[in-house]
Amino acid sequence: MQKKSLGTRFHIEKRASLPWHQSLIIRLLSVVAAFLVCALLTMIITGVDPASFISTMFYGSFGTPRKMWITAQNIAVLLCISLAVTPSFLMKFWNEGADGQILMASLASAACMIKLSDKLPNWLLIIVMLVLSVAAGALWAVIPAFFKAQFNTNETLFTLMLNYIATQIVAYFIVRWEVPKGSGQIGIINQSSEIGWFPQLFGSKYVFSILTAALMTVFIYAYIRYSKHGYELTVVGESTNTARYIGIDVKKVIVRTMALSGAMAGIVGFLLVSGINHTLTTTLTGGQGFTAVMVSWLAQFNPIAMIATSFLIIFLERGAIEISSAFTLNQSFSSILTGIILFFLIGSEFFVSYRIRRSANTEAGKEQE
Amino acid sequence: MTDKKIAVKMRDISKSFGPVMANDKVWLDIYKGEILALLGENGSGKTTLMNILSGIYCPDEGHIYINDEEVSIRSPKEAFEYGIGMIHQHYKLVEVLTAAENIILGVKQPGKLDIQAVCERTRQLCSDYGFELDPMQKVYDMSVSQKQTVEILKALYRGADILILDEPTAVLTPQETEKLFTILRNMRDSGKAIVIITHKMNEVEELSDRVAILRQGRFVGDMLTSMTNAQEMTNMLVGHPVSLSIDRPDPVDPKPRIEVNGLTVRNEEGVLKLEDVSFTAYSGEILGIAGISGSGQKELLEAIAGLQPTESGSISYINDDGSKEELIGKDPLSIANMGVTLSFVPEDRLGMGLVGNMDISANMMLRSFRSGRSAFLNRKDPRRLAERVVEELEVVTPSVATPVRKLSGGNIQKILVGREISSAPKVLLTAYAVRGLDTNSSYTIYDLINKQKMNGVAVIYVGEDLDVLLELSDRILVLCDGKVSGIVEGRKAEKNSIGLMMTKLGGTG
Repeated sequence: MQKKSLGTRFHIEKRASLPWHQSLIIRLLSVVAAFLVCALLTMIITGVDPASFISTMFYGSFGTPRKMWITAQNIAVLLCISLAVTPSFLMKFWNEGADGQILMASLASAACMIKLSDKLPNWLLIIVMLVLSVAAGALWAVIPAFFKAQFNTNETLFTLMLNYIATQIVAYFIVRWEVPKGSGQIGIINQSSEIGWFPQLFGSKYVFSILTAALMTVFIYAYIRYSKHGYELTVVGESTNTARYIGIDVKKVIVRTMALSGAMAGIVGFLLVSGINHTLTTTLTGGQGFTAVMVSWLAQFNPIAMIATSFLIIFLERGAIEISSAFTLNQSFSSILTGIILFFLIGSEFFVSYRIRRSANTEAGKEQE
Repeated sequence: MTDKKIAVKMRDISKSFGPVMANDKVWLDIYKGEILALLGENGSGKTTLMNILSGIYCPDEGHIYINDEEVSIRSPKEAFEYGIGMIHQHYKLVEVLTAAENIILGVKQPGKLDIQAVCERTRQLCSDYGFELDPMQKVYDMSVSQKQTVEILKALYRGADILILDEPTAVLTPQETEKLFTILRNMRDSGKAIVIITHKMNEVEELSDRVAILRQGRFVGDMLTSMTNAQEMTNMLVGHPVSLSIDRPDPVDPKPRIEVNGLTVRNEEGVLKLEDVSFTAYSGEILGIAGISGSGQKELLEAIAGLQPTESGSISYINDDGSKEELIGKDPLSIANMGVTLSFVPEDRLGMGLVGNMDISANMMLRSFRSGRSAFLNRKDPRRLAERVVEELEVVTPSVATPVRKLSGGNIQKILVGREISSAPKVLLTAYAVRGLDTNSSYTIYDLINKQKMNGVAVIYVGEDLDVLLELSDRILVLCDGKVSGIVEGRKAEKNSIGLMMTKLGGTG
């Protein structure tokens, strides 16, 4: 009979849902593979052996107690921002504006520290700072939500553009309040009096952010899993038609959810100014509003899983920075490494949902046996 | 059958999706000059099998022989080379192109594209088989049936001798169906092999020469249509004897429940969708709505449910004591808050009505999650309701924690109907409640609807299968282009006259 040689072929098949531990293994394997590629690349380019590559990577995050505290604090901040954007993402409202919301909140905090430091007792000032920061963050998030709800504007562009506006507003006030004149900086606010500085908890300046992140994780988890609001925003995200069908006021839910997202970002703004940096700059967030988008997605919007994904991102970032400085490489090298690792991480999602099967051509294969 | 030449032999075809065996060692023979009806319930693997034949899926195991030669079909393009063409349920046409442009799309020819020649050949094909089509017409101007014609011509143009049609009559009027059948018979007589996938037994009996039956991914058997009957085929595909008649109990104590007066609706683009529609729906009665799809059925139901802005007219809900309440201008929530229990089974189950990514019990919660003053959800009662619906309606699902989108169409519909009737409604609106469902599930749904009627619910049933509408409805309202073409008694109505009323106001002239 015929013998067209058809050879082997590959099929891409959608998997039935994997048990969670299997998908975890796939993701972990991808991280391991990414590390190997990074180590190999570093070895080829610089001659550094893989073992010291890995150990330097770990040294970056865990080398000294101080490094560990900073790592923990960075994770906490990134986690908070990721939690802040999560409700809006669950509603399929692509909120790219966390940076702007945080900046506006930071501005509110800094303004209080500068203008009210001699008018209010410290404890009251801190409360006022928190309230105004939350309000500022929420306001900056409600603007695009309102336009989305009323006129169906594109929220991605809108929130993105508001980031730039926020940056410019902050830049303006930095020039107004600069210390010393002409420096273009505000410097540390109330450095000697420490008014408006959030007090150290348990004798450590790092505990406040970690505690905030823990509380926020519990809150957001409960909100999206167990509250009626959380249920409503999930329905709106899945299908606005279904939401209308059961009588959910879609516009109200969009605005309310974004107000919450913005308020959470506002807390981060307060945390950055009052708890960590005690100053205001236009680059206060360091673009973490965008990193948070990735953290939230990688965790598939699960607040608990976000602890792991923000840990991973911060670990990579600090490890990569350590490597470029330890081996006197260009700063861009750390970006290359982070890029490679993220490529593997995101790529692993493909293998979680699909598998590739190699099947010998059945017809030809069988008859030859 | 010995004189017929075999076109396709499929042997031991297996295909699994994850843990689900969609096809399990299926055998199928397709003969030239014959119309084969492929029967099976939802999820029995008919479409998978045909997708394998047309190169969309690759079988895990098995052999395919075309004209007695073993082949391996790796893509739809290769399928065309073997003369296999499939017409899918959802048409794959470019709306802004003409019929001829759609037909030539993707065909590799040497030299310049000569659209005139394409038109000429298309016209030739039309006259050969009896199609009516202007090759220069744009697809967006076409009716559903014309689009289907383009799809069939697309396959014929590429020289298909084996034509597979997936539920071709689901969207056609009786007259259009008749025309299609004539054409399919012409093709058969010219020696082509034709496979139709369908759920409608009367069509199988009318059109096909042979039937092949699949059940749960396995081949059950095939036989000559003339040697069997609807009852036997249904028993074979369900696997146990079933009754094929739809009950129509007499209405119970009918009282006016919903009164629609002079209702006019425009859609978002300002197109008139309903014009001066008036009727009354009674409690304890099923009011069937017939009409070509897109004649305003969707707008009518959504207007009553408070989802569709209206231009003029009134919709009143009439209480048991005779007092009237206006529904226009109210959203679903305020209608519910008025104490009007109105249940609505919309056409697009996953797009409106259910949330595909949520599990069954979370979907049960959609109607009830607001109850109670707590800020948190009560998950216990919806879970209990979900378990009850799953048990009572025999929903096939691993558990109530399974996302709804993973269920089959029939089970999804049972979940939706189950939830909607659990609130003991006064009015039940259903749009295409059995679309895409197999015989067994369809009868479950008819039973449920009849039970609601017996409980004194005013049922408004929008359907597309006229035979069912005629058997189920107490009265039938026929819509034609957004206007009421007539209201007829279900027990006296005739299929043909309703078909005419669907296309012409009043059915005459």
